[in-house]
Parts: sequence; structure tokens; C-alpha cells
Amino acid sequence: MIKGLKFLAIIALVALVVIQFVPAKRNQSDIVPASDFIASYNPPKEVESILRTSCYDCHSNNTNYPWYNKIQPVAMFLEDHIEHGKEEFNFNEFGEYSDRRKMSKLKSFISQVEQDEMPLDSYTLIHRSAKVSNAEKELVLTWVNQLQDSLRNQ
Amino acid sequence: MKNLKPILGLMLLAILIFTVTSCRDTKKEDDHEMDQDDMEMEHDDMEMNDSSMNSSDNMAMDQNKSESDAIVVNYLELKNALVADNTEAAASSGKKVVSAFKAFDVAKYSEEEQKELNDIIEDAIEHAEHIAESAMDHQREHFEILSKDMADLVAITGTSKKLYQAYCPMFNDGKGAIWLSEFKEIKNPYYGSKMLTCGTVQKEV
Ligand code: HEC
Repeated sequence: MIKGLKFLAIIALVALVVIQFVPAKRNQSDIVPASDFIASYNPPKEVESILRTSCYDCHSNNTNYPWYNKIQPVAMFLEDHIEHGKEEFNFNEFGEYSDRRKMSKLKSFISQVEQDEMPLDSYTLIHRSAKVSNAEKELVLTWVNQLQDSLRNQ
Repeated sequence: MKNLKPILGLMLLAILIFTVTSCRDTKKEDDHEMDQDDMEMEHDDMEMNDSSMNSSDNMAMDQNKSESDAIVVNYLELKNALVADNTEAAASSGKKVVSAFKAFDVAKYSEEEQKELNDIIEDAIEHAEHIAESAMDHQREHFEILSKDMADLVAITGTSKKLYQAYCPMFNDGKGAIWLSEFKEIKNPYYGSKMLTCGTVQKEV
């Protein structure tokens, strides 16, 4: 019994070491395009910082990589999120969306945050700083609602 | 031996993640294949429509209309699935809406209309795709945006169906939401059986 467990443990250890060699794609870019959401709409500092810490890692072309994002399998997990997250909503490319798409993305933004679907739980579990408090939620949603109104009236 | 548990845990996690990611990829491929099947079916439908239209007097007009009709028919099917609180039926109708939008040809419209139509189509496909993959409350959220796209679409293309635009004041935190229906009688797709008759007809489309 003990012997079997030891064997399993060794396999697990080997597996863990081996997957560190799985290359992780780095989602990093220094360029902030003119189409960037924050650059275009100048949110208040607090809102900007919430968006950057809680959303930009998965929804922009530049992910912040603290050490735990570099180890596997976390890196793999994150890479998958980034791929899907950017496909759905890329804050860096927001300005390139059609007016119609901008409006519907803002609508999704509001409902996702309102219902605590975003940021993803599986992510805030490790990245504690990305968690959005109720007060922060309120702040962000109020601002996005205003933005929605001003875009609608353009 | 004390370290055994976390290590085993990590191994399980690694295996789990491998499986999850590989599952997702295969699912995606399946979706694509299915999309193509749907699309072919759609083409068949459309050819049939076209041939039946040949006999009509005003051919050019009717051909425009028959193409948006394929979208309208599938949208109405989706709407009725939501009225019936049927997630699976809504998901499969959502897929058909995607294919119908993909098959829609904007070439015969003016440049300005084409730009508007392309924006509508891009947005509508995205939301219909979500409907094909989501749980009921998400389906309804995306249906709200899709309905707006539909209203704007038929405003440009027209439709040979008789449609009503209905309005539910409660949905979306009291911001309200519209939908299109083939019935004058209210059957609410946003709340289904919970509030079936909530809403008013705003206009005939
Ligand atoms: C861990 C990565 C991650 C973080 C952090 C994250 N998202 Fe997402 N987001 C995703 C993924 C993956 C998807 C697509 C799959 C899904 O809908 O679950 C997505 C989808 C979305 C969508 C589209 C959903 C729809 O149904 O249309 C919106 C809007 C969104 N995210 C907004 C946000 C906002 C706002 C934040 C910050 C408060 C945020 N996300 C933080 C990964 C993330």
C-alpha cells in the first residue's frame, strides 16, 4: 500500500516537473493602441485600476505575470482563459468595434459583473487581488452605465 | 509522506486540466462541423424558396425578403423555445439562427445599407452563438440584444411575414426589452411561464 503511494507520488512529481517544460505563450505587448478602452474613455482612477487588475489580464493584449502565473499548470489554465477572453472582449481593440458591437459589449459587461460572473471565480481563487468588492462593483457599474448612455446619445 | 496529498492533488489538477482543455477543442470542432451541416441545409431551404418565388410578379423584392425570412423563421423558433422555457430547443434554434445569418447575402443592398447590415450580422451571430451554448438566463440576455438586431435588420430588408414588435418593461433591471413575434397575443420569451403575458405590443412591423 505505502509502496504504491510512493510510486504514485513519484509519478506525480515527475509529471509536475515535466509539465513545466510545456511552453506557455506569453500574452504581452507594450503598445497601447488608440482603440484601447481606458485610453478612449478616461475612466476615473479607481475604475481604471479595477479594470486593469481584474479584467485586463484576460481581456487585453497584455497580461501581468506574477511568478505563479509562470508555473504550470497555472500558466496553461490562464493561457486558455486569455484566448477565449480576448475573443469575447478585447479592451485594447474596443475602439475598432462597430457602434452596435460596442453597445452590446457594454451590456454584457454590466450583466457579467452584476451577476459576479466576471472576473472568473477560478481566477480570483488564486489571484486574490483581482477580486472585485461590492463597493468596487458599484463604482465600475455606475461608470459603465454612464458611458452606455453617452454612447447611445451620440 | 506528509507531502503526498498536495502532490497527488497537483497531479489530479494537471490531469484534469489536460482533459478539460482537450475536451474543449474537440467540442469546438464538432460545432464547426455542425455549423456546416446546418448551412447546407439552409442553402437547400433557400433554393426552394427562390424557386417558389419565381412565379411571383415582383421577383427582385421577394428575393430580398425570402433571404431575411430564413433568419426570421429561425428567430421565431428560438423565441418560442424561450417562451416554453426550453433551453435545449433554444440552443438548437440559436445554431440555426447563426447559419441563417451566415448565409445572408448583403450584395444587393446599397453601400450604406451593407455597412449597417454587416454590423448587424456580426453582432447577431455572436449573440446567437452564445445562445447555442448557454444556460437559460444567459440565453435570454443574449436574446435581448439579438432582438434589437432583428428589429434593425427587418427595418432594412423588410419581411414577407406579418410581425409584431412587443415590449417587456421589466427585463434587464427595468430598462426594458423588445422582441419580435408572429402573434399579436403576448407570450413573453424573457420570463416564459413565470410571467407569460407580461408585455405590450408596440407596433406592427
Ligand atoms: C481569468 C480570466 C478572466 C478575467 C480575469 C476576466 N474575464 Fe471576462 N471572460 C473570460 C473568458 C474565458 C470569457 C469567455 C467565456 C465565458 O463567457 O465564460 C469571458 C467573457 C467575458 C465577457 C463576454 C460574456 C458574454 O456572455 O458575452 C465579458 C463582457 C467579460 N468577460 C467581461 C469581463 C470583465 C468586465 C472583467 C473584469 C471585471 C473580466 N471579464 C475578467 C475570462 C476572464
